[in-house]
Amino acid sequence: MLNQGIADIARALVSGEYSSVEITQAYLDQIALHNGELNAFITVTPEQALAQAAAADQVRASGNAGVFTGVPIAHKDIFCTAGVRTSCGSRMLDNFIAPYNATVVEKLLNAGAVMLGKTNMDEFAMGSSNETSYYGPVKNPWNRTLVPGGSSGGSAAAVSGQLCPAATATDTGGSIRQPASFCGLTGIKPTYGRVSRWGMIAFASSLDQAGTLTRTAEDAAIMLGIMAGFDPKDSTSVDLPVPDYCAQLNKPLHGLRIGIPRQHFAQGLKPEVEIQIRAALHEFEKLGATIKEISLDNSHYSVAAYYVIAPAEASANLSRYDGVRFGYRCAKPVDLEDMYKRSRGEGFGAEVKRRIMIGTYALSAGYYDAYYIKAQKVRRLIKDDFVHAFTEVDVIMGPTSPHTAFPLGAKTKDPVAMYLEDIYTIAVNLAGLPGISIPAGMVNGLPVGLQIVGRDFDEAKLLNIAHMFQQATAWHLLTPGA
Amino acid sequence: MAITLEDVENIAHLARLQLSPTEKQEALSSITNILQVIDQMQSINTTGVEPLAHAYEAAQRLRDDVVTEKDQRITLLALAPSTQRGLFLVPKVLE
Amino acid sequence: MEWETVIGLEVHVQLATASKLFSGSSTRFGAEPNTQANLFDLALPGTLPVLNGKAVEMAVKFGLAVGAEIGHKSVFDRKNYFYPDSPKGYQTSQLEFPTVGKGSLTITLDDGTTKVIGITRAHLEEDAGKSLHEEFPTETGIDLNRAGTPLLEIVSEPELRSAKEAVAYLKKMHSLIVYLGISDGDMSQGSMRCDANVSVRPKGEAKFGTRAEIKNINSFRFVEKAINVEVARQIDILEDGSKVKQETRLYDADKNETRSMRSKEVANDYRYFPEPDLLPIVIDDAFISKIRATLPELPDVKALRFQIQYELSAYDATVLTNEFHTAAFFEEVVAACQDAKLSANWVMGDLQACLNKAELSIQRSPVSSTALAGMISRILDNTISSKIAKTVFVAMVAGEGSADSIIAAKGLKQITDTGAIELIVDAIIATNTKQVEQYRAGEEKVFAFFVGLVMKESRGKANPNQINLILKSKLTAK
Repeated sequence: MLNQGIADIARALVSGEYSSVEITQAYLDQIALHNGELNAFITVTPEQALAQAAAADQVRASGNAGVFTGVPIAHKDIFCTAGVRTSCGSRMLDNFIAPYNATVVEKLLNAGAVMLGKTNMDEFAMGSSNETSYYGPVKNPWNRTLVPGGSSGGSAAAVSGQLCPAATATDTGGSIRQPASFCGLTGIKPTYGRVSRWGMIAFASSLDQAGTLTRTAEDAAIMLGIMAGFDPKDSTSVDLPVPDYCAQLNKPLHGLRIGIPRQHFAQGLKPEVEIQIRAALHEFEKLGATIKEISLDNSHYSVAAYYVIAPAEASANLSRYDGVRFGYRCAKPVDLEDMYKRSRGEGFGAEVKRRIMIGTYALSAGYYDAYYIKAQKVRRLIKDDFVHAFTEVDVIMGPTSPHTAFPLGAKTKDPVAMYLEDIYTIAVNLAGLPGISIPAGMVNGLPVGLQIVGRDFDEAKLLNIAHMFQQATAWHLLTPGA
Repeated sequence: MAITLEDVENIAHLARLQLSPTEKQEALSSITNILQVIDQMQSINTTGVEPLAHAYEAAQRLRDDVVTEKDQRITLLALAPSTQRGLFLVPKVLE
Repeated sequence: MEWETVIGLEVHVQLATASKLFSGSSTRFGAEPNTQANLFDLALPGTLPVLNGKAVEMAVKFGLAVGAEIGHKSVFDRKNYFYPDSPKGYQTSQLEFPTVGKGSLTITLDDGTTKVIGITRAHLEEDAGKSLHEEFPTETGIDLNRAGTPLLEIVSEPELRSAKEAVAYLKKMHSLIVYLGISDGDMSQGSMRCDANVSVRPKGEAKFGTRAEIKNINSFRFVEKAINVEVARQIDILEDGSKVKQETRLYDADKNETRSMRSKEVANDYRYFPEPDLLPIVIDDAFISKIRATLPELPDVKALRFQIQYELSAYDATVLTNEFHTAAFFEEVVAACQDAKLSANWVMGDLQACLNKAELSIQRSPVSSTALAGMISRILDNTISSKIAKTVFVAMVAGEGSADSIIAAKGLKQITDTGAIELIVDAIIATNTKQVEQYRAGEEKVFAFFVGLVMKESRGKANPNQINLILKSKLTAK
């Protein structure tokens, strides 16, 4: 029963095949057995999970259960969870017990979800391989010598490795979609503003967005339907009604216009990955879609713009970690300056420090216009490319990543190589658009992800397209070791 | 644009990060490489392009002026490394 | 050489909102440390700002009052610096697109002339917390109750030319913000604080000299002193042939000197950039019209009205309208007693003197407007003389009751009975024959001697007009 998703579990709970306590215990057992090796969880909360599961069973017995009542899930350790350590993968917050719930956590809690624990991640979500975590790297369940992708590597490995049926995740430059691709999962990054950021620890505020890592598009539709919506606590949250994502899953794709950006099929894309992606695109043609080549002229510069904007915002977002009100403080500071510098020097890992420095540099006197303002102008050009493309096509498709999961340690010494990991995903964050990655093939026993990008607030269409593909194919049903 | 070790030290100071000599050298070389990637965008003509700060360009919502927060001092001070008499403590600041 | 002083002021006004600029925490003054510092105020991970609409309204109201351009799109920026009283490690402020643009303020100088001072801009920002350096031997305590209180920073053009002008500007600014109801203006609680940019240059020189910024001057008195000592210091340096250093200085009121702030020595690079957690504030014409409709009558207009409606002199009208609550008090008194001139005299005279002595604001006046009007009414209906009124007023200040009850209790009712006064006058004329002869011989100044005696005999209660009339007729009648 562990290769089930949210929808399967929800149905089993309704039919009484098993109780929430039983399925929760089964996953806790699975975590106890395999987490040592996968390192997908930073914190496991068995007592709390079983108590929530028991409460959910009672709610069900009283006839008040909703679709999510009693379904166990995991939260990326970037979401604040009241009374539970929220580390963000950093030594800085190793001792931080959040005093409040993130809106995402609260919404899932109110829907009856059971929290199994908090998943591992790149430190402050800065990374594409889950190797920058203070708690050590996460292993890819498909091949434990490979990375699961990042920064939501723990969530991806936990779902893929069957330690939980679904998990929350966040995506600033590809942190949901790339791990989904590497681990054979469905990962959706909604439109910026669709899901509240309250309680989600900030990396780059104008790019961060919460989403899900699930087995299927149907699961994503169920879970996102609960997480999405306006939140007065987040000024960038958008006040639009949340459509019923599940109701639109089965709409036929006849007449769907798919754009494929020339730039995403160019140099750098592994040929064997391209073959799989082209095959998937052909599948959509069989489903009645038409395919048209498009150009995203400035997409080549998205990595450059991103590595100014994201570090600049991060450099300020991470200034609050100063050893005064919470988090790590160095031992015996001699003065204030020493306290700041050593607390931050010791509390942050190398990648976080590197990005803080890049951001600080980009914003410093004399460089602001050449870096920050320039990057924001490029950002507009990138967005305009998408706006233009969407006058001709309904969605844009291409590979999520140029390759499949790579070996642990392969890129840790080369930050630039790591940054280029997100070459196809980053522009989507800069433009604020929704994007989903779905399993679309296998190369040498490893999953390949197809990225689908939609117009602002077109999550329903992305989920519909992904679901119809999953009705026609079986890639999403493959599991590691199967 | 080239970056020097002195720049690294200045940035590290602005960002209040203690770096070992090895870390400084590593930062110098990796930031130099990253700046090369970043500098690619200098080749794009952006004359007349309005900078984009938010992907979704909307207006700020205004909140009513109502006190909604209650005193949580006991809970919140417990998160801090050093407190006394209801205050957060830091090494003495000299004006 | 003759030197000219150039001053620009940055005034920080705490806006009188109930909650903070970006959180729902209370802004109440004087609470126990950190009891008004919640999730966002402590910059806990994952917390986000939501803008207080009232603060924006107040900023716009100020802008309209100084005839400023209102930014249709204003943007918050992050100003980055590390200090323990700044929990986020940056202050959310407005750099490039402030809510309030260029405007002006007209100040009145001691000689009665007016001068228009340009206002460069006014922007919204967060206040910092408080660092308590004296509480612990080796540590500084941090109280974040004040962190996030909305501030309006009002920047003037460098158009002030003396410490006195600076004080006049600040007093006018203070008057204005209280009129507008956007701040309580309580300087003892830091509701209005001021940084002064001071430089000197040879008279006639067009270029500005190097300026020093004097931080955190919190009373009108200190502003004048601080600027004067700083000007003297700079002139000394320049006359010695040295150069003034551009730096931040702190005024020490005890020693009456400014000194360099060592902690700010390293040139700061604030790395401003647009705050990504907040969207631009869009202010449309409808919003501006709505705020414009709430603008109260402002001091200058009120002073003009006082001159016309109450027939007061320009000077009296200005003094009475300088301060919103004084003007309101005055109008209450006039409404109740119907004599503007007497009301003005009493409010500006005895009442103001008594308030000054007790260091009280008029809102805490021991004599209410109704009580003062009651007393003035007794002058008007001749129950008491103006002189006796002074005695009655002192008793009212001492809390001895209303004018009527004091007059009754102390038997201060004026003697207006002609017969009673004639009896006194007759007796005095009879016993002071020498002075009577002097008067009749033409020495008119002896008249005052008789008035004094009648007053003394009546214990001040005889009506002065009647004394004059009766004395005159009896002395001249042989």
